Amino acid sequence: MPESLRLALAIAGKDIRAELRSRTALLSAVVFAALVLVVFNFARDPTALSATDLAPSVLWVTFALAAMVALNRAFTIEREHGALDGLLLAPVPRGALFGGKLLANLAFVGTVEAVTLPLFVLFFNVDLGAALPGIIGVTLLATVGFVAVGTIFSAMAVRTRFAELMLPVLLLPFMVPPLIGAVQVTARLLAGRPLSEMLGWLRLLALYDVVFVTLCTMAFSAVVDE
Amino acid sequence: MTAGETAGRAVARGGLRTSLVALLALIGVYVLALGYTPVEARQGLAQKIFYVHVPAAWCALLAFSLVGIVSALYLWLKDPRLDRFAAASAEVGVAFGAVMLTTGPIWAKPIWGTWWTWDARLTLTLFLFFLFIGYLALRAALHDPGERARFSAVVGILGLLLVPFIHLSVYLFRTLHPQPIVLKPSEPSLPPEMLRTLFVSAVVFTVLYVGLVSLRYGLALVEESAEETGDGG
Repeated sequence: MPESLRLALAIAGKDIRAELRSRTALLSAVVFAALVLVVFNFARDPTALSATDLAPSVLWVTFALAAMVALNRAFTIEREHGALDGLLLAPVPRGALFGGKLLANLAFVGTVEAVTLPLFVLFFNVDLGAALPGIIGVTLLATVGFVAVGTIFSAMAVRTRFAELMLPVLLLPFMVPPLIGAVQVTARLLAGRPLSEMLGWLRLLALYDVVFVTLCTMAFSAVVDE
Repeated sequence: MTAGETAGRAVARGGLRTSLVALLALIGVYVLALGYTPVEARQGLAQKIFYVHVPAAWCALLAFSLVGIVSALYLWLKDPRLDRFAAASAEVGVAFGAVMLTTGPIWAKPIWGTWWTWDARLTLTLFLFFLFIGYLALRAALHDPGERARFSAVVGILGLLLVPFIHLSVYLFRTLHPQPIVLKPSEPSLPPEMLRTLFVSAVVFTVLYVGLVSLRYGLALVEESAEETGDGG
């Protein structure tokens, strides 16, 4: 196993362990996602719009908002006790450090999404059926990209006075391409359309992941090093 | 008065002068657009806004692209002048973006019958506008100059790369915006009078961009030297 991957996994493991011991952030994010779903249900007129028509956008707006809340936490814990300085003093390449934070955030956001999806099925009475593997796949593909951008932005946002506000303002424009792609693919999956109709969107999502994961890994040292 | 402050004042004065010249020339553009160019057959007088909207859009996009390019250069060269320029260009770009985003709907209401539509180009420019407002908000929320420069450079670079992605993803929502009529492979499909007015207006707007950016750049220099000597206030 290459050294930087081992280091990244060690950092991600530390974050996940810390989270599992307190569980406050994870629980709050899950409850938040459930509340967003409930609010959505009351914002819709069931006689005018069927649940299936609205389902892809409801699912992805909920994922996006929950991810935002989850990402805010990523560097707050590092900052609170000056833990980030300790991490930076350790002989870890910045790319590996970013990789570790990215993996931990993905685990965190992924857990929230994994809990939200069944709640969404329950509340909106959507039959996922054969679309389930596809939806899991597209969720992974879309989440990796915006969580990468969110990880680097949350490292910046904690240094500002309005961290909770700064992250969404910076991150939302970057969430647009993955969200549009994911909504389109989800809608086609739920409608049982053939793969050829989603290929363009899937390519866009994959390209976004490659470009922004690479770029954020490279740019991370500019954010944490003086 | 420190050397930085003197230089800043000189740059700001030059920028102010250039901006004033451009604003005077802008009056000329209005005269040209209303008096010299013919009235468009189908759109009538509403089309006149084209001579403001298109040059403003060009300048906004020029400003935003320069922020991206200069940000990449900053992370490489670490020259504070590049950071100052990026900040100035982003601010002026947001101002031109506001002109673009207000003149557009004014034209769209009589011609398209709607103030706003989620067309590819409209969506792209709107998100660019939001992105650079976020860029300026981030700058305002950071105090350490080195940190501010590094963070905003990262946002600038990521923003430059975001443009093709937003464009690709919204392009598939069919586009309603008028297709390119000047910068396209074949001859511009515009009468020579209209083309001339547009060209003059674009030059005037670009001069205004240069003037405002130098003004902002000079002011940033003055601010910095005031902070250093501690007599700012």
